Amino acid sequence: MSSAYKLPETKIATDVQQSPQLHHAAASVVMRATGLMKSYRKGKVEIPVLNGVDFEVREGEFQAIVGTSGSGKSTLLHLLATLDQPDDGQIFFEGNRIDNLPAKSRDILRNRYIGIVFQFYHLLPELSALENVLMPLMIRYGFTKYMLRRRKNRQRAKELLDKMGLSHRLKHRPRELSGGEMQRVAIARALIADPQLLLADEPTGNLDRQAGDELMEIFRDLNREQGLTVVMVTHDETIAEQADRTIHLVEGRVQTM
Amino acid sequence: MYKVLLSWRYLKSRYIALASIVSVTLGVATLIVVNSVMAGFTVEMHDRLHGVLSDIIVRSHNLNGLPDSEWHMEEIRKVAGDDIEAMTATVSVPAMINFRDNIRGQWITQPINLIGIAATTYSDVCEFEQHLLHPLNREQFQFILRENDYGRGRKDKFPVAGWARRRVAAQWEQREIADQVENGDVTANDAALLTPPPFDLADDSQTLAGLPALPDSIEELPELQGPLDNGPRAAGQQDSLPAVPFQTDDAPLLTFDATREQHTGIVLGISICSLRGRDVQGDLMDYYFALPGDDVKITLPNTGQPPKAVSDSFTIVDFYESEMSEYDSSFAFVPLSKLQNLRGMITAETGVASVSAIQIKLRAGADLDIVRDRLQARFPLQQFGYQIQTWRDMQGPLLSAVQLETTILNILLFLIIAVAGFGILATFFMIVVEKTRDVGILKSLGASSRGVMSIFLGYGLSLGIAGSLAGLALGLLFVDQINVVAGWIEKITGQEVFDPTVYYFSEIPVVVNPLTCLWVVLGAVGIAVIASVLPARKAAKLHPVEALRYE
Repeated sequence: MSSAYKLPETKIATDVQQSPQLHHAAASVVMRATGLMKSYRKGKVEIPVLNGVDFEVREGEFQAIVGTSGSGKSTLLHLLATLDQPDDGQIFFEGNRIDNLPAKSRDILRNRYIGIVFQFYHLLPELSALENVLMPLMIRYGFTKYMLRRRKNRQRAKELLDKMGLSHRLKHRPRELSGGEMQRVAIARALIADPQLLLADEPTGNLDRQAGDELMEIFRDLNREQGLTVVMVTHDETIAEQADRTIHLVEGRVQTM
Repeated sequence: MYKVLLSWRYLKSRYIALASIVSVTLGVATLIVVNSVMAGFTVEMHDRLHGVLSDIIVRSHNLNGLPDSEWHMEEIRKVAGDDIEAMTATVSVPAMINFRDNIRGQWITQPINLIGIAATTYSDVCEFEQHLLHPLNREQFQFILRENDYGRGRKDKFPVAGWARRRVAAQWEQREIADQVENGDVTANDAALLTPPPFDLADDSQTLAGLPALPDSIEELPELQGPLDNGPRAAGQQDSLPAVPFQTDDAPLLTFDATREQHTGIVLGISICSLRGRDVQGDLMDYYFALPGDDVKITLPNTGQPPKAVSDSFTIVDFYESEMSEYDSSFAFVPLSKLQNLRGMITAETGVASVSAIQIKLRAGADLDIVRDRLQARFPLQQFGYQIQTWRDMQGPLLSAVQLETTILNILLFLIIAVAGFGILATFFMIVVEKTRDVGILKSLGASSRGVMSIFLGYGLSLGIAGSLAGLALGLLFVDQINVVAGWIEKITGQEVFDPTVYYFSEIPVVVNPLTCLWVVLGAVGIAVIASVLPARKAAKLHPVEALRYE
């Protein structure tokens, strides 16, 4: 399974390295997309959502994608997360094209290299917080393999939840947690596989001010202290201000400011 | 790993699915009960039929039989000697029985199937002795009347019979006639032609002054005093032969003393002279018109051209109870030589006697059909006109009817489980719709379509296994307690579930075949899995983005 997607030895594509307008010229590009097009069909009418979006995020960068509702920012994130495929354009992850990979390879990519956090948390209601965090590892390993490293995995999940300040909530079901707590469980779940890239789709969208601030604190810590690359979609300019770099999406295009 | 965990969690949290599996449980339970009962009937019937019939029977189409049984047996031995364990010759002829109802005094006439058997060898070819009522006859059968003790070990109470009954009844008759002669009602010469009113042992009011009242139980039966010359017989001598056991044709007794002598013995199928029914209270009871110890008259055709009716008196020496109503209500067994004599089947010059059938028992493990075919080759139909059949051939229609019934019931009940399958299908579709978002989440975390599919397949599998095993347990419990349950149903509805007067089984027979159970369980699990394939495929095909958006 792991052979289906292999990280390349040399991660940096030369043309990206020479690009002049980037802040961290020395850092390698984690993900890059060019000319992304995507439209949805509603009956007979075709609604264009993305009209040629170029995108790039470098290692250790905290990038915000800001746009109004309907600007296509969530669609862009889904494309980047390989949950959906673009009609046109290309997406590269660490130099390898990923948008045209077979489903199996994209599954592995999401499972191991890209962590995703959603606005509505998307935890599995039948599982406890700890089990939700462990889910990516359960998906990765078969029954016997998982059982062999069960203790190690649980230790790791507990550490992550502890970091999120949820060590007292391990056995709780999602419906017994507050919104902020659920989102922190979701972050722990995204981190358990040690991803190269964390994608967040309006993570604070459903939270009050205080919980939102706490959550942003966590994202910043992850970015600064652990050097995790974060791409966050939001409509909130104040949140976007906390990012290293912000791109604006207007009507399916990147607006240069 | 997640597949196992999620299947398990869905199983625990979705009780609606458990409701859908109840139909599988019930279907499996019903199938197991039906199969066990049908197998019970089949096995019981096989045993009974095979017990009554010998393995192979070579039968003459002619009522006058095949001549020279010795030669035929010799030939049969030549053809299939290795496989033969025992052989016996029988004569079978339709006849009329005529006897007095011992309570109402009416003369009863019935058609019977009279069979002449050799007392010593007939039991070697089929289970004859086991079906007799007297314990000594069950060990070694003889055509003699036993003292008493008929029906020992039998479930239903059996009345006093044997010599104990015959002596008292005969004395009573003698007294009755003597009284009539004394009163001048009849002359002494006519007395012999008289038939006195019937004697009922069970009726105390009829007990004569000179005779002690008859007790209910055999042990308390008093020793008789009075007209018997030789006095009471000593205990332990009870089952020895009476002084003059048989009336023979050569030296007919001029004065027949029924208190001490018997006619040629006859064994009657128990239903010929008894009725099983319910008394006023509704309890099952047997009503006997005649009992061992009573005399009967048999009328049968001889071998003349055209056949003429011949008659003779016989004394019932035992009853034959195979619990196969067909046989119990028609078979009557008499000594072979006696029957051959009566019918004139013995050639005077040579002394060679005809028989109507040769019954063969094969050693264990021999192939009946092969031996039958060999015998058919030896005795071609065109030349001999013999009917050669195995016991299965003879009961073929009955056995195949039961087989057909079982097959049809199985098909119908599997259809019920298939209906349950559609229930599962519908329930699973609902669950998949309900779990759409979960499917999206799993896919966003890297679960493959196959993985998602196997969650729901595993869910169906575990539901199928749970339902089938529950059904298996329920079915086996039901089978184990079936007679108790039948009793309850009888009590509640007042309707008899299993009427012993109809079936001659006192209990519902059951045989649990482990292989059948296995097939039923596998079939039900298979249906549950098949029913979950479509919903599982639907779940697997869900687009992750659309699934995540699903509200």
